[in-house]
Amino acid sequence: MNVPSGLIANIIVRRGDAFTLDIDLTIEAGTTTALLGPNGSGKSTAVDALSGILPVDAGRIEMAGRLLDDPVADVYVPPESRRIGVVFQRYLLFDHLDVTDNIAFGPAATGASRRSARAMAGHWIEVLGLSDLAHRAPHRLSGGEAQRVALARALATKPDALLLDEPLAALDVVTRSELRRTLADHLVDFRGPRLLITHDPTDAFLLADQIHIIESGRITQSGTPDDIRRRPATPYVAALAGLNFLTGTNTGGTVALDLYPHTLRSADTHTNGPVIVTIHPNAIALHTDEPHGSPRNTWQTSIAVIEPLGDITRITLDAPAPLSVDITPGAVTAMALEPGSPIWASIKATEIQLDSA
Amino acid sequence: MSQSAETRNLRRRPPWPLAVLGALGAAVFLLPLAGLAKRTPWRDLPELISSDVVLAALRISLLTSLGATTISLLLGVPLAWLLARVDFPGRTLLRAVVTLPMVLPPVVGGAALLFAFGRRGLVGEPLNDATGFLLPFSIWGVILANTFVAMPFLIITVEGALRGIDRSYEHAAATLGASRLTVFRRVTLPMIGPSLRAGAVLAWARALGEFGATVTFAGNLSGRTQTLPLSVFVALESDRDTAVAISVVLVAVSLIVLVIMRDRWWTRT
Repeated sequence: MNVPSGLIANIIVRRGDAFTLDIDLTIEAGTTTALLGPNGSGKSTAVDALSGILPVDAGRIEMAGRLLDDPVADVYVPPESRRIGVVFQRYLLFDHLDVTDNIAFGPAATGASRRSARAMAGHWIEVLGLSDLAHRAPHRLSGGEAQRVALARALATKPDALLLDEPLAALDVVTRSELRRTLADHLVDFRGPRLLITHDPTDAFLLADQIHIIESGRITQSGTPDDIRRRPATPYVAALAGLNFLTGTNTGGTVALDLYPHTLRSADTHTNGPVIVTIHPNAIALHTDEPHGSPRNTWQTSIAVIEPLGDITRITLDAPAPLSVDITPGAVTAMALEPGSPIWASIKATEIQLDSA
Repeated sequence: MSQSAETRNLRRRPPWPLAVLGALGAAVFLLPLAGLAKRTPWRDLPELISSDVVLAALRISLLTSLGATTISLLLGVPLAWLLARVDFPGRTLLRAVVTLPMVLPPVVGGAALLFAFGRRGLVGEPLNDATGFLLPFSIWGVILANTFVAMPFLIITVEGALRGIDRSYEHAAATLGASRLTVFRRVTLPMIGPSLRAGAVLAWARALGEFGATVTFAGNLSGRTQTLPLSVFVALESDRDTAVAISVVLVAVSLIVLVIMRDRWWTRT
């Protein structure tokens, strides 16, 4: 039962009377767990507790058999002694140091000589393809570059575990999918437990082995990405699970789907070749008559399934592609929709997100 | 040729009540300078300020004001850090005590220093018994008096900066394995650099102009504890021209430093 090289945490943090974070996490070495939840669900508090910035009020954090935080045993290991690397959403690079010295900061702070710290930084600069930026000041980096430097800086300390706190949230769509690939590559090489904090289901579904859904400070569902998608346990997860994931091949913005005889137009002309296509169920609009507007994707189909989910109703479209569409129950009534109704669907090209498969 | 939108916006004509009152405010500072300039014997100036008494006072002033600035940095920055970052009992009271010299009449400060460090003082007596060393009426006394009135300016500036910076960077440094002292040296200090320099300049300027605490605690011994402000006061009684000349030197030195500092450090954010 005990996983000596893994991260085991029961985190209880109280924020006044209004909010309590109470979650259990077990992350085995060499696997990635995602903590997926909306803003304000307690994700950042969890990061603060795990990294040691915020002591837990109750519970216990243990890493590779080493106790890090336990109020009952009166143990609190401060962040500088935890050996948990963190990649922050806002990068938090030190602006008075160039890229090399930012990456060398950890080794230098933990006793390496200036020369060997810079040599270690050089290694990670090469691994993450940052050679051209080695002497650049952080404020002159793009978001994607800065986040790669932040990842290198965290990895250069040779941490026992890696926390990624919304690493992609501050990036634009194209950079995000590029960096997601970078993360996927380097997470595999990292031997310790990895925790990805995100509000973006795409990140969680594409990067994690295990997903915990966190809502209002509690974990409401746990499982593999497939489990979560197939059997959503709460309305929030259901809304997430409505995400349409398709595979296809992109050629300069024209995406031919693999499984369905249909072609989509995407604003992403960079991510060519085999792709995973993500379309949010809110991004698809339904019309009773043929629409004439800006959306680059319009096609005629019919309604296959109507599924009331409380505040929203999920429609599943019929051939050519069984996409999920979320609309309000009011719209269902107004348009007199029922299974079999003919319907026009439209999606803006900017709403079709592509990631290299 | 083309100016930034901000520059062009700044050139718009200001509303007249603000312009008039603002100009009167500026006059409060400019008129005394004009009075001083008009009274200055410009032709005899080089001779007046190169007299032995003035040069000795200039030397003592520079030595003691820079000494006080150094001590303020050495002790004031850690104290500011404690006040900003550590929650200890009596912190609020200590903060008030630390800034007290800014509002206290310097004479009162000088008297308090005497009661603490004088021959019969709280610390002065045992110190004198043990080592024979006496602070009052020595150049060290001048430095102590200067530090007493100048350090609060540094502490206030640095503490404000410490409270204002984004702590996330310090947290990030800690997750990279840096001890609190390393975080302070390698992240916090560079981040508050501009405020640190501004605080040091303010403290230095205050020390350079210090009069009341110095004369009370260290006396007015020509060549030993007589600083430029003290020599102005003495000269006003006997030799007006010399008093004016020294005043001009003080104004010039201070103005040059403030203008340079402002351009190089304070405009950087």
